Amino acid sequence: MAKGIKNKVAIIGMGCTKFGELWDKSASDLIVDAYKEAMEDAGIEKKHIDAAWFSSCVDEVNVGKGGFPLARTLKLPFLPVTRTENFCASGTEAFRGACYAVASGACDIALALGVEKLKDTGYGGLPDFGQLMGVERRVIGPNLTAPGAFAMMATKYFNRYGLSPEEGKRVLAHISSKSHHNGTLCPKAHLRREVSIEQIMKAPMIAWPLGLFDCCGVSDGAAAAIVVRADMAKDFRKDPIYVKALQIAITSGEEEGYRSWDGAHVEPTCRAAIRAYEEAGITNPREEISMMDVHDCFSITELVTYEDLQISPRGKAREDVEAGFFDLDGKIPCQTDGGLKCFGHPIGASGLRMLYEEYQQLQGKAGERQVKNPRIGLTHNLGGFPHMSVCSVAIVGNEL
Amino acid sequence: MAGITSYGAYIPRYRMNRKVIFDQFGWFNPANASVARGEKAVANYDEDTITMAVAAATDCLNGRDRKEVDGVYLASVSLPFAERQNAVIVSDALNCSSKLRTADFGGSLRSGTTALLSAFDAADAGGNIMVCAADSRVGKPGSAQEYTFGDGAAALLVGNDGVVAEFKGSFSVSRDFIDYRRLPQEKFGHEWEARWIRDEGYGKIIPEAAFGLLRNYGLDIKDFAKIVIACPVQAAFVGLVKTLGAKPEQIQDNMMSNVGDSGSALPFMMFVAALEEAKPGDKIMVISYGNGSDAIYFEVTDEIEKVKKGRKGIKGCLSEKEALPIYGKYLVFKNIIPIEAGIRGEEIPPTAMSVLWREGRTISALVGSRCKVCGTPQYPRHRVCVNPDCGAVDQMEDYHFSDKTGTVNSYTGDNLAFCWDPPQIYGSVDFGDGGRIFLEFTDCELGSLKVGMPVFMSFRKKYADPQRGHYGYFWKAVPVK
Repeated sequence: MAKGIKNKVAIIGMGCTKFGELWDKSASDLIVDAYKEAMEDAGIEKKHIDAAWFSSCVDEVNVGKGGFPLARTLKLPFLPVTRTENFCASGTEAFRGACYAVASGACDIALALGVEKLKDTGYGGLPDFGQLMGVERRVIGPNLTAPGAFAMMATKYFNRYGLSPEEGKRVLAHISSKSHHNGTLCPKAHLRREVSIEQIMKAPMIAWPLGLFDCCGVSDGAAAAIVVRADMAKDFRKDPIYVKALQIAITSGEEEGYRSWDGAHVEPTCRAAIRAYEEAGITNPREEISMMDVHDCFSITELVTYEDLQISPRGKAREDVEAGFFDLDGKIPCQTDGGLKCFGHPIGASGLRMLYEEYQQLQGKAGERQVKNPRIGLTHNLGGFPHMSVCSVAIVGNEL
Repeated sequence: MAGITSYGAYIPRYRMNRKVIFDQFGWFNPANASVARGEKAVANYDEDTITMAVAAATDCLNGRDRKEVDGVYLASVSLPFAERQNAVIVSDALNCSSKLRTADFGGSLRSGTTALLSAFDAADAGGNIMVCAADSRVGKPGSAQEYTFGDGAAALLVGNDGVVAEFKGSFSVSRDFIDYRRLPQEKFGHEWEARWIRDEGYGKIIPEAAFGLLRNYGLDIKDFAKIVIACPVQAAFVGLVKTLGAKPEQIQDNMMSNVGDSGSALPFMMFVAALEEAKPGDKIMVISYGNGSDAIYFEVTDEIEKVKKGRKGIKGCLSEKEALPIYGKYLVFKNIIPIEAGIRGEEIPPTAMSVLWREGRTISALVGSRCKVCGTPQYPRHRVCVNPDCGAVDQMEDYHFSDKTGTVNSYTGDNLAFCWDPPQIYGSVDFGDGGRIFLEFTDCELGSLKVGMPVFMSFRKKYADPQRGHYGYFWKAVPVK
């Protein structure tokens, strides 16, 4: 394997808007808000930026395609601006672009910014993917939505590990309830109230067996990061956060068309995690990772991700969930800010929003939800559907 | 001598007790109490004349090689497309050769028997013709037709080898008798007085054809083991039995109590039901009706017993049913009232006809591929093998999935996706001989599904693109309880 970018890049500034149904804010407003916070945090000026990566997924229906929305909104001085779109990994993909540019020496300082203005699409949930997945897929693929695609994984997980729908839903409810609790402690989260396991179990069905509270929120938001070469980082701040690993894996199509996939896990997450741990030099993730923000678009996604990230053994995530292993006071707190569950999922922004939480935790600035003495934070995105996905794993730390 | 070499039928799974209609619309026309008896077959929201014809023809083929079919005729007065041949959609879905004759027959309820007679002409030249008759007509709310119309299809394979019912002769009359009529742009038809239709229409035109046949071939009505009279009006039907001088046991049931008036398909469906009970040597007369009448005379051969095996036919379809107790659902399935489709239902991207053409049988006949190197069946057709341990490039041969069975690998019922009958049910299907496809499921309830359940493939309407005058068809999985 290549050497990777461990300890070559540091984050010196981050910004994140409040997430929510921001009817009074445009995508441009969100871009400016996230940018301002990141720039003030880094203590730099516009002229210091060498290049920018801009992520949005379906927001081309709002702000438009290409790098223009970022460049025009921020009046960037004729910089190279690249738009990234890789489904729900779009934000992490922008971050990866900026980090690779810095690590290569092509840039000293790069900006990654992601935004999504979902509440201007008119949909509850994500917009219809029929137009976004290519014409052949619309003609032959089932009329599916994201909740339905992930619900199939819940069906298979319950079936494979012998859980009745009632038992399975109770495990999933623990996951959502935990995230809702964490969300109450995070001022920038969209949904900030406790939700009990019983409430979650009784909620209206969205896509069987997933109910309303098994699904993440739908929000607007933006987040940004400023990265520099690691050896420059201390010139800007005393507590930079170092990038340990950045990996992405995309389906080869075998889950969809070949019968080896069990439908109860997400293969690209496994592959991206293995590569990320190798890049970061992590040999025992269950012991070495301090906290995580994973792609909990649905409760079942978070459950299988515990296993796909090789934190919980296959089929045993349920035991860890029930033992409180991933609760805020557990061994590896997960979704310390409430996750997608409470922030919602403005697609282009989510990956950077997760990094924002790790950044704050690693700097000890997470307030009431602060994890004790964290060293290593992990973020994970899963785009597309379990049978056709793009997964990213990012690992960051506060020590070189 | 040419004749029927195979037969098949299809009746949609949903049956509506006519009292359900009367409960909703009896107040409007209490006289409809006379037709508010029994049940009628109702096509699912994703079925139409074309899909029912494909199902009936599949039953009729019963595993036969599609290459043997030299022509596909489709008869109906409810053809989905006015321009774009309907029969070729059926032929492609069946995965027949492209080098064959296809034709639509329509305009009259007699179109089925007219297509059949044309097929006998073609068979004389040595061809095998698949003749499908299907109808899914919509009666106007409050009308008698709303009660009497039912949906269904039947298919007859015509040829010279392995004839089960020999074509012995026919007699046709054509009359511009304007009883029920409809303009191309109209959804509902218009009718003249029912008594006049009963006495001057059914009562005179059908006997004219039947007696013409008897006279021409020197036969007596007593010579027939079964007489199929495609007359859906009960009073006229009873009168005709008397007029023809037939005994009740000679008369084939007109399916009004359990299916309804299936239009062009009615004489075919009754004929198939008669063949299911026929013995070698039986003479059967089939009489259609619609702007005239065709009377056709068949004689059943020794081959009949062989062909009875392995198909659903009328008998099988009648026994597989599910009640449709909600009138509102019927109105939605039949597109009689608009429904709030929401933004997901409204947002219809333009259909690319060039893609449909390029993909061809991949879509229309569920033809995928099988890797010649590792033997893995796969769908859709890709140039690189999906097996991660193979990955061979350009080593594919065509592989037909629609005639294969599989099992449910995963599933969900999605309330977010727009569906005419929510939730939208879909999942992945593992095929017994290899291959996995993510498909919509139909003719099932979410609560009855289980991982591992067997499924078969059914050709259905997948999406409507009304702004561009297009319906998309594709294959769905039907779970078997």
